[in-house]
Amino acid sequence: MKPKHGKSWLLVLPLLGFLGLLWVFLHGLQRDPHALPSSWIGRPAPLFVLPRLDAPAQTFSPAMLRGRVWLLNVWASWCESCHTEHPTLMQLAQHDGLAIVGLNQQDVPDAARAWLAKAGNPYLWSVMDRDARVSIDYGVYGVPETFVIDQAGIVRYRHLGSISPQDARDILLPLIRKLQA
Amino acid sequence: MMMPPFLPEFGLLLLLTGASCSLVMALLLFYAAHHRHALLLALARPLALLQWLAMSGSFACLLLLFAGNDFSVRYVAHNANTAMPLPYRLGAAWGGHEGSLQLWTLLLSLWTLVVAVCSRRLPAVTRAQILATMGLINAGFTLLLAASANPFARLEVIPVDGRELNPLLQDPGLIFHPPLLYMGYAGFAVVFAIAITGLLSGRIDAAWARWARPWTICAWMFLTAGIALGSLWAYYELGWGGWWFWDPVENASIMPWLLGTALLHSLAATEKRGVFKRWTVLLAILTFSFALIGAFLVRSGVLSSVHAFTSDPRRGLLILLLTALIIAASLLLYALRADRLHGDSQFAPLSREALLLANNILLCVATASVLLGTLYPLLLDALDLGKLSVGPPYFNQVLLPIFLPLLLCTGLGPQLRWKQQKLAALLPALGRILLCCGGLTLLWSGLFSPPSVLTVLGVFSALWIASSIVHALQQRLRGGKRLSMATAGMHLAHLGLAVTTAGIALSAAYSLETDTQLGIGQSVRLGDYQFSLLSVEQGLGPNYLTSTARIQVWQQGKPLRVLMPEKRRYQSQPDMPISEAAIAAGPFSHLYATLADPIDNGSWGVRLYYKPMVSWIWAGAALMALGGLLAAVDRRYRRAGTAS
Repeated sequence: MKPKHGKSWLLVLPLLGFLGLLWVFLHGLQRDPHALPSSWIGRPAPLFVLPRLDAPAQTFSPAMLRGRVWLLNVWASWCESCHTEHPTLMQLAQHDGLAIVGLNQQDVPDAARAWLAKAGNPYLWSVMDRDARVSIDYGVYGVPETFVIDQAGIVRYRHLGSISPQDARDILLPLIRKLQA
Repeated sequence: MMMPPFLPEFGLLLLLTGASCSLVMALLLFYAAHHRHALLLALARPLALLQWLAMSGSFACLLLLFAGNDFSVRYVAHNANTAMPLPYRLGAAWGGHEGSLQLWTLLLSLWTLVVAVCSRRLPAVTRAQILATMGLINAGFTLLLAASANPFARLEVIPVDGRELNPLLQDPGLIFHPPLLYMGYAGFAVVFAIAITGLLSGRIDAAWARWARPWTICAWMFLTAGIALGSLWAYYELGWGGWWFWDPVENASIMPWLLGTALLHSLAATEKRGVFKRWTVLLAILTFSFALIGAFLVRSGVLSSVHAFTSDPRRGLLILLLTALIIAASLLLYALRADRLHGDSQFAPLSREALLLANNILLCVATASVLLGTLYPLLLDALDLGKLSVGPPYFNQVLLPIFLPLLLCTGLGPQLRWKQQKLAALLPALGRILLCCGGLTLLWSGLFSPPSVLTVLGVFSALWIASSIVHALQQRLRGGKRLSMATAGMHLAHLGLAVTTAGIALSAAYSLETDTQLGIGQSVRLGDYQFSLLSVEQGLGPNYLTSTARIQVWQQGKPLRVLMPEKRRYQSQPDMPISEAAIAAGPFSHLYATLADPIDNGSWGVRLYYKPMVSWIWAGAALMALGGLLAAVDRRYRRAGTAS
């Protein structure tokens, strides 16, 4: 192999590559996350046992909701986008027969309880995932994130980022009605 | 302990002094280097010493604040409380965002000092350019720290006691892992500065490469040790029995390691044969860029990982901008100047250079794959191509076909001659090595009935590397040649790779685990072992309550060990118990027990693992780091710099 001479335009490539990467990063900083298919869709939701936020001595496990359609909503009191979706969750909680379980991720329990006391509690229960291990099992990409789980405990849908009223009306509620039918 | 009243303000003052010193050093030395101003050039070393003194003084203030529980400082109050033992309180100094950024700046300034001290033999202008580049980077990060993440900021209302550091971090791992890792990341700043200097002067030659090599090796050695320690920590602390999770944070640390490894090898070719000059310089820039990305990308919040550190997007943007500025400026310089670099010599398709090229290509493809997997969701989103998430299966599937040929190259490379290798001369040696490792692999397969082809391939690759090392040493001894420290270090590091490979392949193939419930007195069988739960007792630690189980392990009816896994409830977060695994660690297997939750009928959830050969993974990494150390202290490098 001969040593290379010339072709100096090639030397600009690393810079161009980096600028491309930078564009992705800057885009990422202000991205609007939405639905991200999960490898769990169509498969049984991973089981876990976690202490409840309202009563840490009690635990919750997905098995307790067999036979019901429910949402697993990953949230935290420090998370701004969770605050955005909170009113929508309050509305969803009104839907007949639907249970919403909050997976309170990497949060300070007192802060989480204080937030629910102030903003209202859409959750049947919230459970504490302080070290995010359950979130990792679910492949959670960021907070907030919501999983729709059916009567048989199968994950049907995953919503990344906060749920807008439109998302609830156009995606989640039709799906929930279909599963409940 | 009585604390001086204005210690935090003093710490901030020292921090700003350090930043000013670095900035003055950078500007003065760039000026002096450009104008060959002898008097100013002589200021290089005193200035380097001064900025290091200020930065260490500032960090000492931070440590003192943690030691003295000064909760008027926000960062202290958020990360430590009086119940935490002193070593963990000191470790908490780098347990959060502000402190880890300050540790980074401290270590950058330390490397700057070391360069100033060890560059006696370099021409004054070269030394000044290197120190100026480092000073500029250092000043940037220190100013960013003081402006956006001041660790010395006071609270208006002083709490009686602080919050607590995440209990998962309260472990000896916290004391050693981040400093080692950051020593590695920051060490690549030296190599980066050397590359920038090479581009500025247009002189990338054997002397340049010889001077860059020991720094690269040292940084790489720290990074290797830091990553290995982090993996070991995750293994015993997280209680899953796993040692690598392809988490964005881990990916961010493995990428500069892969590139740094590539750089080590391309530098060897640049020094010995004067080839790959442009490529080596680019690698030096890229390795540091990835170290920056490793240290900050995850912290900036761009990658929303479950390890999200900052919640303030403005802070993330500042870090990203500074990092981007450094990388873009250096790549621009590269684009403008690298065309002056030309290779000195040619090489045949079968030669050591060619193998090093293959090594570099494979390592870079591996880095690109990890980068792609880490950024894929972000990338697709940016391009509006839909959504996808990427998990460990992606990484394992993609990296395996890259690493297997890499392992084969590792065995083959040192057998080849520089410039051109005659195939006829190589074949007998290859035959002997193949016979040796093939025979051993067959023997092993017969004895242990491997479960998959992959296991056989893993064991074969490890034996291939080991046999080739033995062969190379034999040749050396027969030729009567002395074994230099650098060569010994290379073989030791390659042996480490073989040991790690064997550990990964065998522990993946033969591990056993069970997740069960045991009442007191009950037992369960796992492979050759029987585990019986003797008792669960309550106890009291410095800042936690603990339930300690005593699990007797039997092997073929004989009592072997008592394992005592714990479930700790820290005072700060009593509702989130932390599991402390108990591990009976032997050279050939680990027995690993974690205590889960108590169940109503008085029994306990227990998770048990049998992990054969798992310690070889870290033993191999230790050998790699040790190999690096041997190579770095080679006499050749101590004489280096006299030339050029």
